Amino acid sequence: MSQKLEKIKSPLDMEPLTIEVHDVEASHRAKTARNDLILMVVFSAVVLGGPWILAPFGADYPDLLQRFCIFGIFAIGFNIMFGLTGYLSFGHAAFLGVGSYAAVWSFKLLTMNAVPAVIFGVLCAGLFSAAIGYISLRRAGIYFSILTLAFAQMSYNLAYSVLTPITNGETGLQLELSDSRMLDAAMGIERTSSLPVTNLFGMKMSGYEGFYFCAIILIIAFYISLRIFRSPFGMMLRGIKTNQNRMAYTGINTRPYLLTAFVISGMYAGLAGSLMAVTDPLAGAERMQWTASGEVVLMTILGGAGTLIGPVIGAGVIKYFENIFSAFNEDTLHAAYSFLPEGLADFMTTISHPFVGEGWHLTLGVLFMMIVIFLPGGLMEGAQRIANLFSGAGKKSKAESSATDTQPAE
Amino acid sequence: MAILEVSGVNKTFGGLKALTDVNLTVEENTIHAIIGPNGAGKSTMLNCMMGKLQPDNGVVNFDGTSLLGGITPYQINQLGVCRVFQTPEVFSDMSLLENVMIPSLARHDGAFEFNGWGPVAKRDEVSQDAIQMLAEVGLAEQRNVITGSLSRGDKRRLEMAMCLVQKPKLLLLDEPTAGMSRADTNNTIELLKKIGERDITMIIIEHDMHVVFSLADHISVLAQGTVIVDGKPESIKGDPRVIEAYLGGELG
Repeated sequence: MSQKLEKIKSPLDMEPLTIEVHDVEASHRAKTARNDLILMVVFSAVVLGGPWILAPFGADYPDLLQRFCIFGIFAIGFNIMFGLTGYLSFGHAAFLGVGSYAAVWSFKLLTMNAVPAVIFGVLCAGLFSAAIGYISLRRAGIYFSILTLAFAQMSYNLAYSVLTPITNGETGLQLELSDSRMLDAAMGIERTSSLPVTNLFGMKMSGYEGFYFCAIILIIAFYISLRIFRSPFGMMLRGIKTNQNRMAYTGINTRPYLLTAFVISGMYAGLAGSLMAVTDPLAGAERMQWTASGEVVLMTILGGAGTLIGPVIGAGVIKYFENIFSAFNEDTLHAAYSFLPEGLADFMTTISHPFVGEGWHLTLGVLFMMIVIFLPGGLMEGAQRIANLFSGAGKKSKAESSATDTQPAE
Repeated sequence: MAILEVSGVNKTFGGLKALTDVNLTVEENTIHAIIGPNGAGKSTMLNCMMGKLQPDNGVVNFDGTSLLGGITPYQINQLGVCRVFQTPEVFSDMSLLENVMIPSLARHDGAFEFNGWGPVAKRDEVSQDAIQMLAEVGLAEQRNVITGSLSRGDKRRLEMAMCLVQKPKLLLLDEPTAGMSRADTNNTIELLKKIGERDITMIIIEHDMHVVFSLADHISVLAQGTVIVDGKPESIKGDPRVIEAYLGGELG
């Protein structure tokens, strides 16, 4: 690369410069496009092969796999706001909740088909996030975070109190036999004596079918996020994160860019929420609680904010801990340490007991602290370092290694 | 023809009169220097021209458009005014090329456009402009380097490329050589001379008299919030009022 550019030192030689640079840029662009294609193929393969890949880790049951996908989508969307613009929203769970409620209402009023439910959930979350974003984005930094948090907590409390006709309060919104389901009725689908199940044109949406539905949506969601990262829009968002002052003096109206990013990420949250309802048709206000908003922040930071794939990995790790580590008890630990001498095994069991079962939060907390302190770029930074170690990036010239850094780590 | 007209501008901060009845006319395609001792109100004036501060009264007209009354910095930029800051304001986490592509996009797409689908790499006109401009300031070879690692002089040149890629009518430079080595200062002077050859007006706020007298076609001297002398460099050099403003204030 540097050899070709050697010739263009003189600013007056404009003609050859354009041609040379064009060649270099074209090859650079082809390389990026190829890398993105590889990334998409590998990502899709891993997601669709999830049941086999995760079998050795005891995480191959559909419920958990669905949750991996759903929270992956949630984190991808959150990352479009937080990772690209640096605006930390503490209220994204509100959009997740709105998506869930909207989807369940679609089941109750229209049809048990998943497609209208998902569309309705995404649209409602989009409208809701446009309203909240419009107000919250009047402030930046901590004030923005506090505003979003306040809105989310307000939504959570309203869902419990005055909005009970819509949310069914503490019980949560559930399907009922008496639901109208107008579209289903119009299409002549018979009413059964038991509650109907969600479906995708006849295919039931629980178990592995539900997982594959979520998996395909996750892949699409990831592809959209990839396109946004690579687009001029994504570049503007990164510019806002790096130097908002310069953006203003560069003729960019940052507010609509931020609001668009906020709405897109709210729609992702709504998508995740509606998928929750698709795989299990009920919606409760606890989905909007601030701990749920905090969880997606943890996922994104753990995996690597601003990276493409980091948030999905972060979501996977947290959900894995929540579901697998929390299931460990003293007996499983004893079994795990059985190869050690009796006394030592007991000792190890006692030591590690607080970290599993109900104490899984402790493990997660320790892991989170380690990552924030030693790998501020999240797990993706760790992966990048390991990759550099193997590829011998240390030998590369400084200019070249920083050239590769301009792309967000995949 | 005057491209920028400032007349009767006053600005007070509480009890402090920062600008008192400032009048200034900048002719098109000239390099206009504003000099003055510390605290003379140079930066306040620049901020009043860029929509960052609202003067208490007065008129600021750029190319027939008023720059007062709620107009924001990004709108002023879209009119064709670009500002280079005293401390270089660049996108330090991004590559040089991306740094110049953002203003290039702002020129091609305007203040806001939702362009979230097509890859930015395919915007040939945007990247070509950016690379050419980097070549002009002598940074094309480093275009994939992350900006944070650049020297201050290089950041300043990058910032100029970021402004020039927008083909502004008016370039505002706030102490472009502050904190630079002698060699970097001379390079900057050469670069500014070259830029000055195109159809562009420049306003330079500067302390370094060497820079001012090498470049300026016209000089306004600001002291205690008002323009005390205004004229060609030759006439400014020996003016007793300028010497008074620079030396008298400090000695007396």
